[in-house]
Amino acid sequence: MSCEPWQCAEIASTKKATPIQKPEVAVAMIKRAQRPLLIVGSNATMRYMEGKPLIDYMIDFANASKVPVVATAHMVGEFIKRGYHPASFMGAMDIGQRLVDPTWQGIDGKGHPDLVLFVGLPYYMESLMLSGMKHFAPDLKTMTLDNLFHVHATFSFPNASLEEWAANLKVMTQKLKDGGN
Amino acid sequence: MTTKNVRVKIDEMKTNSGLIKNLELSVGKLVQDNYNEPMGPTPMPSMTTLRDWDMKLLNKYKPFYMPDCDLCCLCTFGKCDFTAGKRGACGLDIATQSSRIVMLACAIGSACHSAHSRHLVHSLIEKYGRNFRLDVGGMNTKVEAPVTRLVTGIKPETLGDLDDVLTYVEEQITQVLAVGHTGQEGCNLDFESKAMHVGMIDHVGMEVGDIAQISALGYPKSDPEAPLVKLGIASVDRTKPVIMCIGHNVMPSVGIIDYAKEHKVDEQIEVVGLCCTSHDMTRYYTRARIVGPISWELRFVRAGLADVVVLDEQCIRTDIYEEAAKVNAPVIAASEKNCMGFKNRTNDPADEIVSDLVSGKVQGVLILDPEKVGEVAVRVAQKVAPIRKRKNVLPSIEELQQIAKTCRQCNQCQRNCPQDYNIPAALKAAAQGDMSLLTDLYETCIGCGRCEEACPQKIMVHSLIVKAGEKAMYAENNLCRSGRGQVSDVEIRNVGSPIVLGEIPGIVAIVGCSNYPKGGKDVYDIAREFASRRYIVALSGCSAMSAGSYRNSEGKTIYEEFPGGFEAGGVLNVGSCVANSHIAGAAIKVANIFAKRPLRGNYEEIADYIHNRLGAVGLAWGAYSQKAAAIGAGFWRLGVPVIVGPHGVKYRRMLMGREDKPENWEVLDARTGNTVNVGPAPEHLFTVAETKEECMVAIAKLCIRPNDTWKGRSIKLSHYVDLSKRYLGVMPNDLHLFVRTMADVPMTMKDEFETILKANNWKETIIPDPTMLPRMVRKMKE
Ligand code: SF4
Ligand code: SF4
Ligand code: SF4
Repeated sequence: MSCEPWQCAEIASTKKATPIQKPEVAVAMIKRAQRPLLIVGSNATMRYMEGKPLIDYMIDFANASKVPVVATAHMVGEFIKRGYHPASFMGAMDIGQRLVDPTWQGIDGKGHPDLVLFVGLPYYMESLMLSGMKHFAPDLKTMTLDNLFHVHATFSFPNASLEEWAANLKVMTQKLKDGGN
Repeated sequence: MTTKNVRVKIDEMKTNSGLIKNLELSVGKLVQDNYNEPMGPTPMPSMTTLRDWDMKLLNKYKPFYMPDCDLCCLCTFGKCDFTAGKRGACGLDIATQSSRIVMLACAIGSACHSAHSRHLVHSLIEKYGRNFRLDVGGMNTKVEAPVTRLVTGIKPETLGDLDDVLTYVEEQITQVLAVGHTGQEGCNLDFESKAMHVGMIDHVGMEVGDIAQISALGYPKSDPEAPLVKLGIASVDRTKPVIMCIGHNVMPSVGIIDYAKEHKVDEQIEVVGLCCTSHDMTRYYTRARIVGPISWELRFVRAGLADVVVLDEQCIRTDIYEEAAKVNAPVIAASEKNCMGFKNRTNDPADEIVSDLVSGKVQGVLILDPEKVGEVAVRVAQKVAPIRKRKNVLPSIEELQQIAKTCRQCNQCQRNCPQDYNIPAALKAAAQGDMSLLTDLYETCIGCGRCEEACPQKIMVHSLIVKAGEKAMYAENNLCRSGRGQVSDVEIRNVGSPIVLGEIPGIVAIVGCSNYPKGGKDVYDIAREFASRRYIVALSGCSAMSAGSYRNSEGKTIYEEFPGGFEAGGVLNVGSCVANSHIAGAAIKVANIFAKRPLRGNYEEIADYIHNRLGAVGLAWGAYSQKAAAIGAGFWRLGVPVIVGPHGVKYRRMLMGREDKPENWEVLDARTGNTVNVGPAPEHLFTVAETKEECMVAIAKLCIRPNDTWKGRSIKLSHYVDLSKRYLGVMPNDLHLFVRTMADVPMTMKDEFETILKANNWKETIIPDPTMLPRMVRKMKE
């Protein structure tokens, strides 16, 4: 699994993501976080693994982890159609702008998130948002759950096949359901 | 009409108030024209004149930076690394560096339009003289240059006057470019203010160019019924020689058309255009054809459709001559800005140039005289067409399948594709004889060729896509309305009141390039949705072509389905890139003609009016260029929000309000001087929509303004709710912020709203006479 940015030209980075070599490591970090948040973008209904769209995996993940979800683009309706109500919905830029504001108290008003998980935005959008977080939210940890390496995240899975991706997501969901053990 | 650089020196003068010694007065320009309106406070503003206004906007709409690069390599102190809060050797940090890049992009864009306008004005003065009178719409359009009048205080009457306006424009662009040097500005907000300044200047530069060409070249003049012109490759008679003009500057095309008409061969050849040149060609000559936006250069050249390629300026593939060489099509470069390495043959006899190009002795030439371009292009096309016989480099379907079999499925093409398209899957299917995925890619591919650059097997991926889409390509036969130019004063008078009161729910300006995430159909869908809802939809450039490239269930294009006037449900094509200034111009005219706000040199007041009262939104769904950045910046300074498609995130900085921060949304009530909270209206000045669906909802929301009447607000809210339900599948979660009194609530949605308002502890507020300028309060009180 390679740890080069998925889009070849996205290399202009001196501070690079730490690769997540095993899903268990990601699970441990998510469990440790006090106020995690999951941002799900528009590719959630475009990308498929084993005949199932990404959004189905993310609903399982969110139910298991209890990490609140912010749906970007038009994903909120897609979640609701599938019986899952995200904690909030707004444009990707809107949530990005809030995350770089240290005074923002999160979607529940109880405190700023400390770990933000990104998945399913167009690669270049997610990449630039992660760059924004890296530079302007230095205390925030970011992690991508995609199968595409994101150099600007704090932690990123390496580039991986769809099969490996599905397996990773399923392992994480299972572990989170079991309480992270 | 103007006098430059007046300097008065008084060594000693006795006055009533005493003795004055060594007084020196220096005035940049004295305006001595027939413009009766008194001069406003800010004619020909310098970089800092409107800084306070910019800071008001930037305080409300804070920059959100997403750096595209962690480094700077602009000077030999670098490379400097900005990560983890580090500063560069010159002291810049990542925020200032990001804003500096934004400013430089806007300056490049502004320079590009203004240099184009400079060339037009020079050429037209040479041909028609300085005293040639401007006419952009006869008696119906007396405010002929609203942006120029607003910014410079000059009322241009002749081509020569435009020369003076451009001198100011060029000076300002130079000043802003200078700020990009190492060791100048040190504050990101000042860089942002200068980006807005050069954006405002860009609109002046664009307006100058377009009113010059409208007046001198006889384009449609504020004409809602400008002719419908043919669009698409199927509209071209491919049995005739085809001259393909690419770029933005119409002058070489004018040379071609004039020569062909003069020699009575215009019916025997086809003159077609790609990108904005094609708009201006059809404004000049309705038999010209628009074949597509910028992104289609490769597909048409590779398909062998051009017998001669003529390049003018801007947005041209810089390797197009190599592509043309593969299909034996000679190239004529016709702009000083784009010489392509060719020998300058401007002063050679036309016979010699024609002979060299036809024989293949040279593949391309540089000709800087548009009339000579005309003669050479027409004669070469006639001679070359029977020789090259539409030579193309597309494989046959059988060859395509064989080539697809050599694909190693290494993913390099996809990883280098800016759209991240799944090309390997399409090739896998093609290898087995299933072309459907490749055909789908034809609809959405932006034709950049990056996939091919990355392929270790040297597979010409884009050519395979074009081959798979060939049937669709040769069926493209649609209509575009020829660029109509300005919105007339009469149209403004008719719609000023319903727009400002909110009864026409908004003006949606869909402009710019074709770096679309999923093809041009999104542009058509968005334009049609809003025209059907009786918004005014104003289009320009590549977006105007994309909108014309699809048909409704009755087989009508959007320009046939909707009227071309500036009216509820109107769909206007203002024209090429430089015609974007007319959209800003229309907003300015509403403030001036309808609301009678003084125009001349009165920028702040007009911008304050537009920002608080005029529900206009710009959408650049496929924006890619620095020019688009400059156009956007000009709208920001006027307080008009701009949305870009997902690739627009690479402009790396948004200007965004926060609807969860009530303190952001206070304005003054000009009637009382009291501070009133008007809610997030409009919420952002510059943002990205990730998908078409999100974009539809964002447009409706960003049309809301503090000044809406209750009736207007309820109409706007009903569209916002309806679009949100339809495209997002939910009620908006911020409706309570937009309801001022219960009268704002759409009648049919009372129950739903009541629940929402109750849950959010909503309280009634007043509808003020909104302003962000304290001096407007004093004015009203007086
Ligand atoms: S301009 Fe400044 S930040 Fe850029 S390389 Fe030079 S010193 Fe470094
Ligand atoms: S030419 Fe089309 S498929 Fe190839 S990289 Fe560009 S957008 Fe992608
Ligand atoms: S880069 Fe070439 S070989 Fe690799 S997957 Fe793409 S087309 Fe196939």
